[in-house]
Amino acid sequence: MAVEKMSIAKALNESLRKALEQDPKVLIMGEDVGKLGGVFRITDGLQKDFGEERVIDTPLAESGIVGTAIGLALRGYRPVVEIQFDGFVFPAYDQIVTQLAKMHARALGKVKMPVVVRIPYAGGIGAVEHHSESPEALFAHVPGLKVVSPSNASDAYWMLQQAILSDDPVIFFEPKRRYWDKGEVDTDAIPGELHKARVAREGSDITLAAYGPMVKVCLEAAAAAAEEGKSVEVVDLRSMSPIDFDGLQVSVEKTRRLVVVHEAPVFLGTGAEIAARITERCFYHLEAPVLRVGGFHAPYPPARLEDEYLPGLDRVLDAVDRSLAY
Amino acid sequence: MTVESTAARKPRRSSGTKRAAGAASAAKAPAAKAAATAQNAEPQLVQLLTPEGERVSAADNPDAAEFLSFVEDITTEDLRGLYRDMVLTRRFDGEATALQRQGELGLWASLLGQEAAQIGSGRALRDDDYVFPTYREHGVAWCRGVDPTNLLGMFRGVNHGGWDPNTNNFHLYTIVIGSQTLHATGYAMGVAKDGADSAVIAYFGDGASSQGDVAEAFTFSAVYNSPVVFFCQNNQWAISEPTERQMRVPLYQRAQGFGFPGVRVDGNDVLACLAVTRWALARARAGEGPTLVEAFTYRMGAHTTSDDPTKYRRDEETQAWEAKDPILRLKTYLLASGGADEAFFESLEAESEALGKRVREVVRAMPDPDTMAIFENVYADGHALVDEERAQFAAYLASFEEGH
Ligand SMILES: Cc1ncc(C[n+]2csc(CCOP(=O)(O)OP(=O)(O)O)c2C)c(N)n1
Repeated sequence: MAVEKMSIAKALNESLRKALEQDPKVLIMGEDVGKLGGVFRITDGLQKDFGEERVIDTPLAESGIVGTAIGLALRGYRPVVEIQFDGFVFPAYDQIVTQLAKMHARALGKVKMPVVVRIPYAGGIGAVEHHSESPEALFAHVPGLKVVSPSNASDAYWMLQQAILSDDPVIFFEPKRRYWDKGEVDTDAIPGELHKARVAREGSDITLAAYGPMVKVCLEAAAAAAEEGKSVEVVDLRSMSPIDFDGLQVSVEKTRRLVVVHEAPVFLGTGAEIAARITERCFYHLEAPVLRVGGFHAPYPPARLEDEYLPGLDRVLDAVDRSLAY
Repeated sequence: MTVESTAARKPRRSSGTKRAAGAASAAKAPAAKAAATAQNAEPQLVQLLTPEGERVSAADNPDAAEFLSFVEDITTEDLRGLYRDMVLTRRFDGEATALQRQGELGLWASLLGQEAAQIGSGRALRDDDYVFPTYREHGVAWCRGVDPTNLLGMFRGVNHGGWDPNTNNFHLYTIVIGSQTLHATGYAMGVAKDGADSAVIAYFGDGASSQGDVAEAFTFSAVYNSPVVFFCQNNQWAISEPTERQMRVPLYQRAQGFGFPGVRVDGNDVLACLAVTRWALARARAGEGPTLVEAFTYRMGAHTTSDDPTKYRRDEETQAWEAKDPILRLKTYLLASGGADEAFFESLEAESEALGKRVREVVRAMPDPDTMAIFENVYADGHALVDEERAQFAAYLASFEEGH
């Protein structure tokens, strides 16, 4: 049977396992990914089955992890590296931005960079500093990088396969507070395109666009709104670079209203780009300005404040009401 | 011949620039493989108090002689003080671990087993010295006079720091591995520019030593001859990764390549840690530049309360280190030498209880921050966007009160 119910964490683990089985050039690298199986156990059991040459515990050095992955890719390997938490990608940011992103262009297209950087990201797990951030815009802003984030187990399984198969560097953001959410995964399916948006719930009054951890919140908001007689469509963008504006446009032309929801600070975030593009594309269809719900222009707060900080049902519904009020 | 056997006949210190001849011969030792063995082997350490609780004399260990002079002034009363520090720190740490289990803290990084390294080095400092800790330096904080309950705010999730670094010259905990070694170096550069004779100490782990930031801190401090002591607590593990995953030569030897001395000290020997740190600080004050101290110790507990060491660590290893317990060995010595009697240990037990009780009470009473604190201190000068978002959010929150 190819359809199985599993958590996002398990789906990612199965996906890595399959990639290791299918291509001897695929390598897993990162801190604690071996015996421990990663701090979130995403690589659990992989070193045991594939050995230390394929599943590599690295020194505690993110610049080193990404920098050597670049070298390995130049040598024909396909490294999948794990950054332990969102806030710890920055020592590697230099390598990602100045080297990984540009190598293909600089080599006149002669060199490919099939490197996947997996990052457990975003908040909601009651962690200390640097363990809850959403830095996706910082990567989406960089030409040469692809940036994606699954919101469910099936996407976790398939999008990671596709990211590993991609000849471009992919920053793969994993919504850590959803790791334990379960969903059905059809391991024999023909998956959708990696960068295509998906309508997660159909509706006719307004579109909510989200990705990663906020898709679930938007689905809950849509269900709550339905009880008040409002028909909310939820689009799971799945990819932040590129963004499937065509898919989103179809939805917005139908509903004529758009609210973009993400955990990252709103200022200069992905929502800003979406608002600008959709306004340009759908100006005559829109009944209301594109609204954004997201983080504040403030550091991610201490854990005891994160419930207030994170966009929840109420803040999303408030934005829905504001949009419908135009 | 391995590097270790070469090193065994020399002082434990790797050579700085002044000892170029020694450096040259050490450098000739066969590289990677032999060095890897040396790394795994039980190293020679600067030790002044054995695991059996016996004082080491200059005659027993000539290498210790130079360091013994740095603790000549230590009285029996001082020793009791060091013991008290270690016991109370361990008690505080144990209490915090328990509070995490009870859901009062979101996370705790225990220092269990590292008390001697922290108290020994912490008590070597002068008030005007400046400390840059990681997230585990509860014992050093204790020595600096930081109220231990202040350390718990960030682990409870009510703040990201919880104390003013300038009150006790004890900087905020740093979670991003190795970052603070550069801050310490910069601070030390400032101290030197000011012509002051205080010193700076940066704490970090063996895992952190792999970070580029740490190498850059070594480079800067060497080049600018900065008054900084790099105090690495090699507790053998970086979460699940043993030190062999970070380095192939004993860590203290790395200093040599940067042009300053490194020394490996028994991190479970509070007296040796005190002596070696005093020596390193004296060098800093005298304008002799940075020193790397590797305190060879062991993390007895889990990495943090989120970690499960049974996945990667053998019980036998932990048990072997239990025999080297830093507190027990000083107790044995104090008892055997008549430096303390039962009454001392009993009164300490009472003090320990009282500390535990206070910590529990303070933590349980620690209020959640006000929601609007999200917008506080984002900028020193204020910022229009923050003001706008603060006002919008306040209006949004107020709308609930009106509506319902
Ligand atoms: C830049 C960075 N990468 C990863 C982490 C996650 N992390 C926290 S502690 C730790 C291990 C640190 O080991 P070590 O430096 O030996 O210090 P110890 O915790 O053992 O005292 C890791 C990997 C981090 N905090 N910062």
